[in-house]
Amino acid sequence: MSEQDKKDIKADRSKMSVSDTDVAVEINGMNKWYGDFHVLKDVNLKVMKGERIVIAGPSGSGKSTLIRCINRLEEHQQGQIIVDGIELTNDLKRIDEVRREVGMVFQHFNLFPHLTILENCTLAPMWVRGIPKAEAEATAMEYLEKVKIPEQADKFPGQLSGGQQQRVAIARSLCMNPNIMLFDEPTSALDPEMIKEVLEVMVNLAETGMTMLCVTHEMGFARQVANRVIFMDQGQIIEQNEPDAFFDNPQHERTKLFLSQILH
Amino acid sequence: MTDNSVAFVRGEMADAQPAPSTSKGVVGWMRFNLFSDIPNSIMTVIGAIFLLWFIPPIFNFLVTDAVFPWSVVNTVEACRDHAAGACWIYVLDRMDFFIYGFYPSEEYWRVNICFALGALTILPLLWPDLPHKGLSAIGFFVVMPIITFFLLNGGNFGLAEVPTEKWGGLTITLIIATVGIVASLPIGVVLALGRRSKMPFVKYVCIAFIELWRAVPLITVLFMASIMLPLFLPEGTTIDKLLRALVGVSLFSAAYMAEVVRGGLQALPKGQYEAADALGLNYFKAMYLIILPQALKHVIPGIVNSFISLFKDTSLVSIVGLFDLLNTVQATTAVVEWKSPNQAITGYLFAAAVFWIFCFGMSRYSMYMERRLDTGHKE
Repeated sequence: MSEQDKKDIKADRSKMSVSDTDVAVEINGMNKWYGDFHVLKDVNLKVMKGERIVIAGPSGSGKSTLIRCINRLEEHQQGQIIVDGIELTNDLKRIDEVRREVGMVFQHFNLFPHLTILENCTLAPMWVRGIPKAEAEATAMEYLEKVKIPEQADKFPGQLSGGQQQRVAIARSLCMNPNIMLFDEPTSALDPEMIKEVLEVMVNLAETGMTMLCVTHEMGFARQVANRVIFMDQGQIIEQNEPDAFFDNPQHERTKLFLSQILH
Repeated sequence: MTDNSVAFVRGEMADAQPAPSTSKGVVGWMRFNLFSDIPNSIMTVIGAIFLLWFIPPIFNFLVTDAVFPWSVVNTVEACRDHAAGACWIYVLDRMDFFIYGFYPSEEYWRVNICFALGALTILPLLWPDLPHKGLSAIGFFVVMPIITFFLLNGGNFGLAEVPTEKWGGLTITLIIATVGIVASLPIGVVLALGRRSKMPFVKYVCIAFIELWRAVPLITVLFMASIMLPLFLPEGTTIDKLLRALVGVSLFSAAYMAEVVRGGLQALPKGQYEAADALGLNYFKAMYLIILPQALKHVIPGIVNSFISLFKDTSLVSIVGLFDLLNTVQATTAVVEWKSPNQAITGYLFAAAVFWIFCFGMSRYSMYMERRLDTGHKE
């Protein structure tokens, strides 16, 4: 961990609190296969409300697949996933219920290019929650201000930089007023200068007490914001710890190797 | 500069100079576009020669030597002159037949009202800046067809009944083309979505439908519609010949349309589907709000291609005995009173020109919409 990284991201941990009783996500004995390939092996994870979890690991270790299972973008074949008290099954109604409460931010932003920034943000609240247009727009502007780009509201995604697009994507998810936010490598497709602006937004979000699960390689963010770092390899969670302990005193050989390669 | 130890360094900023005259104006444009290098210059010369060789005879045939109503001699005799060009007076003489077919001449006003109504209701739909698109859509897709049907068919409201056998000419061409276009797009979209469905039954029904219709020539479809369909119906029921052609043409082009739309659906990145899912939009909302607007926009050229080919294919209904524009033209190319060397050529040129105007219009409009809908801001 370079000193530079530490200076870049400042988070006020006193604003973040973890609930002792309320469970946000519970995963019990979950297995998933892609065809014959066993991609997630007996994953067990309990996330309390208000936790900020960073999931790290080498590519192909199943990190993305794991968080995509939480809003059922991927289907699991065995075990149990309970999100916000709702167990994910084949029941489409429950899946939609979960997706309403879980926001997701993708590596490639996935904004809707045919809609303006404002329309991107108001679409789901209006069509999924049935919120009137004026109210949805007011909420959208509020979140666009929080991600610091209200002036771009009438532009199209193609006119924005990557960092701006990703901040819009975060605002779009927040407009649905989710209880849990999933981040799937939100800064991996960004230039170094833009990574910081996105991370700042994520830090601000963490300070509001949002439950967050982030797949990311931003170890500075993990150290400053996360209350738990999970390390995955070959479809399994092989180590999890508080960030300082995780970085300064990794237990597993694979973790040590991984950290030695990404930290200088 | 007194100090020679550094290479040239500008002491003050240079002012902008006017561009050289050879790169501006007509000369500049020609140098850049027509004579930029030797191959280009050769192509320019060849093109110019071709145009000089090609255009004057055509112009002479169509205009200079042609017989117009305002020509000095404007009778069939002028058309029979061996030096005469296009015989436009014959086309004008038969214009009513080309437009209305066998529709009774005292009832032409009914067709005219329908033309006007069609134009009036489609304009607000095509004009993107006009508000109240929903109302316009109801006007064009619901009100206009109903009024058109009752007006043209008659039999109610004190109007004499005109059976569809008497409809013809441009009227029937436009009816078939409009119905085909309006029906084939939504059916095609449904088939395309169905083909990508995860439900095997839906998927295979759609695949079977598409592959069956696409693999059969339109002529066969029309023959089947007019000859075989009655065999499957209870005895005594007859279905109007025009209606059968309408259904045949619509379903046939819907199968093509389905594949065009499917291409658009496949071109969308998976992330768009995932983002829609992740926001909690259900299948129909995701399709309606996210996927189809983008997919259809991507395949506008293909869709319009299908529309244009459908418009021209309407002339095939002549083989089941409907008198579309081309058929009416063909029927008059041999009438004795206009017998002249260029009679048939003029007639077909006229038919071609009418088809061209409609198809070119669709093409230009689609390009306009493509530009207008382009929010991608690709660099």
